[in-house]
Amino acid sequence: MYQWDFTVVIQNSGLLWQGLLGTLSITGTALTFGLPLGLILALSRLSPRRWLAWPAGFVIEFFRTTPPLVQLFWFFFALPILIDIRMTPYLAAAITFSIQSSAFFAEVFRAGIVSVERGQWEAARAIGMQRPQAMRRIILPQAVKRMIPAFTERAIELMKTTTLVATVSYGDLLYEANELAQKTFRPIEVFTVTALIYFVFIFGVSLCVQAVERRLAVSGDSTVR
Amino acid sequence: MDYTWDFGSVFMYREALYTGLVGTLRIFVICLISGLSLGLAVGLARYSVRRALRWPAAAFIEFFRNTPVLVQIFWFYFAFPILAPFDIAPLTAAALGITLNSAAFSAEIFRGGIQSIDPGQWEAGRAIGMRHRDIMRRIVLPQAIRRMLPALTNRGIEIFKMTTLASAIAYAELLHQARLIASINYNPIEAYTVVALAFFAILYPIVRATYALERRMARGD
Amino acid sequence: MSDEPILRIRGLAKSFGDNRVLRGMDLDVKQGDCIAILGASGSGKSTFLRCLNFMEIPTGGEVTHAGKTIGTARPGKPRLYPESELTRVRQKVGMVFQQFNLFPHMTVLGNVTEGLRIVQRMDRAAADTRARAELDRVGLAEKADEYPSRLSGGQKQRVAIARALALAPDLMLFDEPTSALDPELVGEVLTVIRGLAEEGRTMLLVTHEVGFAYHVANRVIFMADGLIQEEGPPELVLKSPQNPRTQAFLARHKQFEF
Repeated sequence: MYQWDFTVVIQNSGLLWQGLLGTLSITGTALTFGLPLGLILALSRLSPRRWLAWPAGFVIEFFRTTPPLVQLFWFFFALPILIDIRMTPYLAAAITFSIQSSAFFAEVFRAGIVSVERGQWEAARAIGMQRPQAMRRIILPQAVKRMIPAFTERAIELMKTTTLVATVSYGDLLYEANELAQKTFRPIEVFTVTALIYFVFIFGVSLCVQAVERRLAVSGDSTVR
Repeated sequence: MDYTWDFGSVFMYREALYTGLVGTLRIFVICLISGLSLGLAVGLARYSVRRALRWPAAAFIEFFRNTPVLVQIFWFYFAFPILAPFDIAPLTAAALGITLNSAAFSAEIFRGGIQSIDPGQWEAGRAIGMRHRDIMRRIVLPQAIRRMLPALTNRGIEIFKMTTLASAIAYAELLHQARLIASINYNPIEAYTVVALAFFAILYPIVRATYALERRMARGD
Repeated sequence: MSDEPILRIRGLAKSFGDNRVLRGMDLDVKQGDCIAILGASGSGKSTFLRCLNFMEIPTGGEVTHAGKTIGTARPGKPRLYPESELTRVRQKVGMVFQQFNLFPHMTVLGNVTEGLRIVQRMDRAAADTRARAELDRVGLAEKADEYPSRLSGGQKQRVAIARALALAPDLMLFDEPTSALDPELVGEVLTVIRGLAEEGRTMLLVTHEVGFAYHVANRVIFMADGLIQEEGPPELVLKSPQNPRTQAFLARHKQFEF
């Protein structure tokens, strides 16, 4: 029978804490760049101009259909050969997850925008608004509210995906856990605690999302997925 | 940008890539079948009238939906062998992690699909004397699965993408093989570009098919 | 033929939470009865019908079918209704729904044979023969291989009737069978139901078609507030109602002609 011993985990909790901060930092960076980029991609894809819509569509589809780990490896190992930059794990992760999440966010934006009734566009045109004005003042404010649950769901997915950075030695929670497990020869305790930390954190966010979703449902706004 | 692309260096090792492709397909098929079947079982349990089934199913779903797959794979690869009296191959560990994760996600798809069926269908089945189990099997599931097809295909695509995680524990799938080629030849650009394009080429037609399916369903069953 | 009623209902009650929908219904349904149940919406008439084949589980009272009281009595609690017993009763008590509830993924023939093959374990050939005979009776023999989505509302409801008849029930329940139909399609369904009544089939019919009730039913029940307010032959209940609530209800349905 295996003797569980969590003391090494507790003694080294600082390391895991540092890892969690690393995870949050890369998630935050990806969100900061991914959201605006996603909006730009969505607007381009919906644009009547083909030279805008097609490349945006390609970027969205490509980054949605290829595995994020392949993208990460490409940016980490391949990109520095093509252009002359000093690639760090953090930079590669930031680029990968910003673009990758922006592709998914773009689809959320697009679904939200498309879900606003045609009548709203027509009403905006009827009072003399141009397309960009109508988008900014009439359509987007309505769409964004409906998209909140889908956004948070996507953000949670993003946070789970950031574990991939451990494979290029960026110090996120999983990477630090792996280091700790090898140092202490206590992989069961370390990885079990790590899984639980992720679970508590992500499940907590999920519960908040559900609460928001219920409140939106009560206020009579439909949401899109 | 004066880099000279040389895909010949990748082509030279096409047998290694082929091995990787076979490895990718193997783990994909294992996870697709076991993940969806387990997901159906868990989804039915989640919908069961018995609380003793419903509760563990809900806990399973929440736990595996809310933890990263890579953490689960690491757990099965590094931690589990200490508890279990046998060695765990990379394939087993990766397949376990991906399967459990996919089961949790597809369980929610199955539950949603089953709940989307009009209660009148249950009543009509009961009215001709069918039992709960028969109504589920003959009336509700066939209709629900048709409705769930786009969501299930999406799950399948996600599973295919997830197989790359197996490379993190040195399972010889496409990405792992590309890494190998890149380290031998020092041609990471070509190696990873080829793999990225391979995934895109395999999955994009399926994605298009899903879109078409969704459009057809939106027009009416 | 014995005097034992096909269905004997005593003190039947149904509550949804605090809402008492049925407050104690008593009724005997005899062989060959065609009973029309009238009442305003919310009077409990649909719930009453749905309790008779246990689409809704009653919270009080007893239903006795062919001499056997359904369910198991428990001291101080509502009766217990095991699924195995209910599936047996439901084969003998057919039901036709307002919304048809055909199985959209099966052909017309598949809909009608489903009960025969899955519930009664009949082999395919025998079930097909039996189902085609029932489809012929409702005038839809040539639609056997179509899917329900290709049928009109009236045709769908006739298939639903055939599906219920296939199990050879000794009692049919019709829950507003024409309420979901376009006006021009009501006739074909009523014709089929009238034919069944003329064959002497036992049936209970919740309906808003007062004129049809007058011509086809041998007994009429008027319900309000989860109770039977008035009961009797159609000439009495519909032409000279005694209960003021029946009078008020019929006054609002003056459009019918006898």
